[in-house]
Amino acid sequence: MLQVAVAKRRGSFSLSANFELPTPGVAALFGRSGCGKTTLINIIAGLLPADAGRVVIDERVLLDSAAGINVAAESRRIGYVFQDARLFPHLRVEANLRYAEKRAAGARYVRFEEVEALLGLGPLLGRRTHALSGGERQRVAIGRTLLGQPGLILLDEPLASLDAARREELLPYLEKLRDHLAIPMVYVSHQFEEVLRLATHVVLMDAGKTVAQGDIGAMSLRPELRSIVGPDAVGAVIDGEVFGIDAAAGLADVKIGTGTLRLPRAGLSTGSKLRVQILARDVIIATEEPRHLSVRNVLRGTICATASDRADAELISIELGGPQILARITAAASRELALRPGLRVWALVKSVSISPDRLRRL
Amino acid sequence: MTWVHPGERAAFWLSLDVSVRSVLLCLPPAILIAWTLARRRFPGRTLLDAFVHLPLVLPPVAVGYLLLILFGTHGPFGAWLQREFHLDLIFTRNGAALATAVMTFPMMVRAIRVSLENIDRGLEDAARTLGAGPIDRFATITLPLMLPGILAGAITAFSAGLGEFGAVITFVSNIPGETRTLPLALYTALQEPGGEAAAARLAAMSLALGFGGLLLSEWFARRVQRMLGR
Repeated sequence: MLQVAVAKRRGSFSLSANFELPTPGVAALFGRSGCGKTTLINIIAGLLPADAGRVVIDERVLLDSAAGINVAAESRRIGYVFQDARLFPHLRVEANLRYAEKRAAGARYVRFEEVEALLGLGPLLGRRTHALSGGERQRVAIGRTLLGQPGLILLDEPLASLDAARREELLPYLEKLRDHLAIPMVYVSHQFEEVLRLATHVVLMDAGKTVAQGDIGAMSLRPELRSIVGPDAVGAVIDGEVFGIDAAAGLADVKIGTGTLRLPRAGLSTGSKLRVQILARDVIIATEEPRHLSVRNVLRGTICATASDRADAELISIELGGPQILARITAAASRELALRPGLRVWALVKSVSISPDRLRRL
Repeated sequence: MTWVHPGERAAFWLSLDVSVRSVLLCLPPAILIAWTLARRRFPGRTLLDAFVHLPLVLPPVAVGYLLLILFGTHGPFGAWLQREFHLDLIFTRNGAALATAVMTFPMMVRAIRVSLENIDRGLEDAARTLGAGPIDRFATITLPLMLPGILAGAITAFSAGLGEFGAVITFVSNIPGETRTLPLALYTALQEPGGEAAAARLAAMSLALGFGGLLLSEWFARRVQRMLGR
């Protein structure tokens, strides 16, 4: 368990963060740029002093200002993958990796060869760091961090400086890291797609405060998240399991609560577990059972909440026998249909509106 | 160098010797002072900065005079060095090296400091998270990245040191074979009737040394830059 409770004031900015992460696990620290995410992980790493607070990893107290404990950054065994990689320019790739390996303390759980294979670093070892692409730099930086055998890894938007193609290239490596090594990670991001693909736990931050935390499904429904991602990216994250494949139609049937979601098959097979985000703007609500439609997904549920979302729109939460789905509709439509909590409705989702980058296999 | 007279040859080698000694003497304190000025914030920092730059604005003769007071046989430091280490500075090449070192110190500090200020501190933070303590970080990250500045500073100080005149002649006088470096020999030649030819040869040697030093410095700087991938 990682426990963090810290406070810091700097000029007019004040940080007050409080969260826990079950280890091993991946927590996403999610919030707008400038909300204090980097400041917070710098404090966790020990690179920045906190005014007051506690940082504890599995009973190891790294910071406890009340007890006067403050372990130096170099002794914390916390790995840090910086946004700008920060490879040592006077050392070649292999020497960068060995730098970390030589200074590793504590139990060694990952060998040089494993890291090399996991991140595909073999061809890069003899290169100078300035000759690497952005994606390659980050891979080397991640490998270097791993070889320090850290007890916790902090990643500060490692994909932020990359273009979309490079991002797609690096994400699978991060997923491998999460799946093959049981190291707790704190992943800082302001891209919800990345969070969806990587994190098990989400901590929402706003204006220097941690405002909510929990599993990603619960967090996707929180109003705090809406204000961070903006109305177009709001959508419930739901876990499901494939129970049937329609090979002829190329669709997979996924059980979600009491309903069935039909998704493009795309490599799924019976028994696959997956997590999907259904954007609220892609959901249509009907108050009668619809017929003669091209839409594949008609989910029965009950409205459990309505909230006004900006002036002219409403966000409707529909309970589907367990999970909830969010629908964003105009306020006028909501009035006409007399939508209110407790009403039985049908939620319609186009299969093709579920994009592969908002779907994660578990 | 058969066309050069023995005394001139001696002046040539002595200049190199004194300049090398002065660079070696300068380097450790210059790195320390440059690091302190670039990285530390403390009361009196501006004062230290000004003090370090004093030799640039003082007349060299004044610097030589101050050295004479401090490091002369009866000066506080001079007497101590003489007593503890049997080290004579007056009228010796070590004294000439000290005078040269003091005069070239500011330019060395400046070159090293600029290179330090250009180092991304984030790299040192990265080394920290990998378990490198302060001395380890300095030796493995900061110092190698400062190398271009240290080299540039050393070579510039070496080249400038070859020509130091006022402080040297004031502090250690003009003794053939011991303190008569190229500029002093050149000055002496000009004082003697019929010394024009010797003066010309000495001037040519000075020119060649200075020019060579600058070229070497440029070449080194490029090599190191390439090594660092910039």
